Amino acid sequence: MSCLSFAESGAESQPDVRTPKPFPIIKASHSETTSVCSGSLDGVEYSLRKEKGVMKMSVPRTLAFCYLSLLWQRETITLSDLLRFVEEEHIPYIHAFQHFPEEMKLYGRDKGIFAIESWPNYEVIFKKIIEVATFLDLPRFPDITENCYLHPNILCMKYLMEVNLPDEMHNVTCLVVKSTGIGEVDFLRFDPIAKKAKTVKYDVQAVAVIVVALKLLFLLDDNLEWSLSNIAKKYNEKNKEDKPWFDFRKWYQVMKKAIDEKKQKWEEARAKFLWKGEKPLYYSAIDRPVVYKRREMVVSLQKQFSTLVDSAPNVEKKKPSSFQFNWTEEDSERPCFHGHSLQGVLQQKGQSLTTKNSLYWLSTQKFCKSHCKHVTTYEESNFSLSYQFILNLFSFLLRIKTSFLHEEVSLIEKRLFKAKYNKTNKKSSRSRKTRKY
Amino acid sequence: MSDFSEELIRPTTEDEQGEPCVRSGSGMCFPWLQKHIESIASGGKQEKDFAQTTSACLNFIQEALLKHQWQRAAEYMHSYLQVLEDTDSNKRQGAPEIVWRLGSEILYYHPKSSVETFNTFADRMKNIGITNYLKISLQHALYLLHHGLLEDANRILTQAETWRYGEKSSSQEVLVNLIQAYKGLLQYYSWYKKKMELSKLDKDDYAYNTASQNMLNHSWKTSINLCTLIQIPGVWDPFVKSYIEMLEFYGDQDGAREVLNNYAYDEKFPSNPNAHVYLYNFLKREKAPREKLISVLKILYQIVPSHKLMLEFHRLLRKSDKEEHHKLGLEVLFGILDFAGCTKNITAWKYLAKYLKQTLMGSHLAWVQEEWNSRKSWWPSFHFSYFWAKSNWKDDKTLACEKALVAGLLLGKGCKYFRYISKQDHQVLKKKMKQMKKSVKKYSIVNSGL
Repeated sequence: MSCLSFAESGAESQPDVRTPKPFPIIKASHSETTSVCSGSLDGVEYSLRKEKGVMKMSVPRTLAFCYLSLLWQRETITLSDLLRFVEEEHIPYIHAFQHFPEEMKLYGRDKGIFAIESWPNYEVIFKKIIEVATFLDLPRFPDITENCYLHPNILCMKYLMEVNLPDEMHNVTCLVVKSTGIGEVDFLRFDPIAKKAKTVKYDVQAVAVIVVALKLLFLLDDNLEWSLSNIAKKYNEKNKEDKPWFDFRKWYQVMKKAIDEKKQKWEEARAKFLWKGEKPLYYSAIDRPVVYKRREMVVSLQKQFSTLVDSAPNVEKKKPSSFQFNWTEEDSERPCFHGHSLQGVLQQKGQSLTTKNSLYWLSTQKFCKSHCKHVTTYEESNFSLSYQFILNLFSFLLRIKTSFLHEEVSLIEKRLFKAKYNKTNKKSSRSRKTRKY
Repeated sequence: MSDFSEELIRPTTEDEQGEPCVRSGSGMCFPWLQKHIESIASGGKQEKDFAQTTSACLNFIQEALLKHQWQRAAEYMHSYLQVLEDTDSNKRQGAPEIVWRLGSEILYYHPKSSVETFNTFADRMKNIGITNYLKISLQHALYLLHHGLLEDANRILTQAETWRYGEKSSSQEVLVNLIQAYKGLLQYYSWYKKKMELSKLDKDDYAYNTASQNMLNHSWKTSINLCTLIQIPGVWDPFVKSYIEMLEFYGDQDGAREVLNNYAYDEKFPSNPNAHVYLYNFLKREKAPREKLISVLKILYQIVPSHKLMLEFHRLLRKSDKEEHHKLGLEVLFGILDFAGCTKNITAWKYLAKYLKQTLMGSHLAWVQEEWNSRKSWWPSFHFSYFWAKSNWKDDKTLACEKALVAGLLLGKGCKYFRYISKQDHQVLKKKMKQMKKSVKKYSIVNSGL
């Protein structure tokens, strides 16, 4: 799972500003005299014209394009990893233009294209991926088979390890994947040519499967999971030699602490992020001295304040890694649950094992079929605290909104409990018509 | 394993906890609507991450300042400075002031910071834009004054005084006047020092003339700087005091009187008890007639009935010829003792005891009743409770006696306070107590059966 090779090649995939144009460029030589101008030859026209069917490249779309190439090559990197690397500055994005050669002067309209003031957002980039693939008329992508990193079974294993859940849960997730059919090659493959191009959110889906698995095992109704923990605790106290039973409460305490710490550090790092680079972007020749003076002023003020700060041991920039958490058996401070057994929550039933928990609650009872963009909504207070914690944990890991993950969980459940949904559909088909959004 | 999957598809009995939010009872929520609502304030634009991280940074700085974590505040300040380059011009215009306020706080308290760092910072911040120059200069000067660097403060104020750029709004006008006034104050201070030196010199000393000439120059400068400010409605106590002192020194009584009258009586000025105190003290020094003094203090009495000058006021009223003044004198005494801060003021009680007796002897029972009527419901427990009797006797026996006399006169000899005190045995005060019992017996208002 090394993505070092990618991180280096990121700098080369700069956008080619000169996209093929159907008409010649006219104003290039006079651009400096007009008040609206740009450092690039065609910056003004580039940002103005919005022809139908013509898609203009932008920095976010460039990132989407990079992801398409990763997907084509079936690299061991998910979209959420990619976006996280951008945020951690392993991949140039905010300050991409700072790396341009000296001769490329950017100003005026170029500013609108290159001055980015937000990090790329999963939902937004995801849409752009489909847009770019469709526009470029890309053919059917290579198959994603069972031994591909992006296959849900493998991704589930990865995320289970990352959040310190027992390896035995992998059996449960594989079962869910099989029952819902989301591990099928046809389902996973990205096909831009298809009438309604859609692509699978491999990482969000895998995480959603884990959430469903947790619900199957522990119900997460703020009650059963704790009673099962009590049983596990008692067993573990009596049988210190055996493989310990997985104790949900203990896991919760360990993970809550770890995630709270990480989240705090993440928030602090974000608050300290310096958006403005060395080279300021300005609008016109009149603007230039003002903008440069301002930059100078800020730099000198920053120097003043940095002398007040104790030169802390310069934390080396960490190398990009797929894993945000690492759990090992030896560390006594941070217990590792990988080797724990699910015996406490499973029971023998004839030939096979089944869960002790026989209940389940659906994340969404009815799906929205109107024209709004979402199929369901997420109102926190309607759900148990355990469920909220699990969603918050995984959403933070993937840097997505909890509602986004909740939607994916609901969709997995929809496939899993198809029969149940069909039954309720028939019953309430009348009442559905009266509901308007 | 097929059994397992069958188990999964087995129909659930009911939704346990997960009430889906589309159920009409719990209301509907639209995630897309939330985003649109949030963007209304910014005119339809989504909040960029730049704005979000800088506002988070600001919160961290404020938190660090509250907890006195100067190091941490400086760290975040380093990143916060980028708001000075915000592409949003509205935010960019408001940024220097915020940066100045936070930065100056940090530099004031941070252990590694020095006067030089503060000076550099102030000089840089002053010159960002034009709206902040005067304000920052003034605050910079105050900082230097705080550290006792009077010459540097003077220099900054002089620079600010001569600043002319752009149109001056009304708020800028006040700042200019304040700057001049502080300059005036600094000059007053050097005048004062010279005055001290002069007082040590002999009149015939050769240096005397030069010194006094020097002083005169200073005072002239001071008066120019201060008089503009004093004309503007506001509270300018330290400036007024210094100015008056200078005027009096040079014998300009009329000038001083005019300034003080203006300061105290001009309706445009906010109500300021100190103004009346200054005027009163000035008139006292001038040996103004009693009538005048009384009229000045009357206004002070209306504003601050518990002022420490009220006892003096009472004395003036007592000495007056007019009957209405005598009545007012009683009022004033009662007024003073209405306040919790004066309950142990022995002079007040002494005066009240004596004056009550005097008033009752002079058959002005009606006056006493008028004052007592509004107070008889709460004064007994406020002043004359059993607790107070014990505590007063323990702390200050003379006070206790005076209070006892008043209590007896107002509440009769049956009241708790009077009974407790009169039972106490004390060698020195024995005679006084006897007198007290006699007066109460004779003059208590309770006796007349009212």
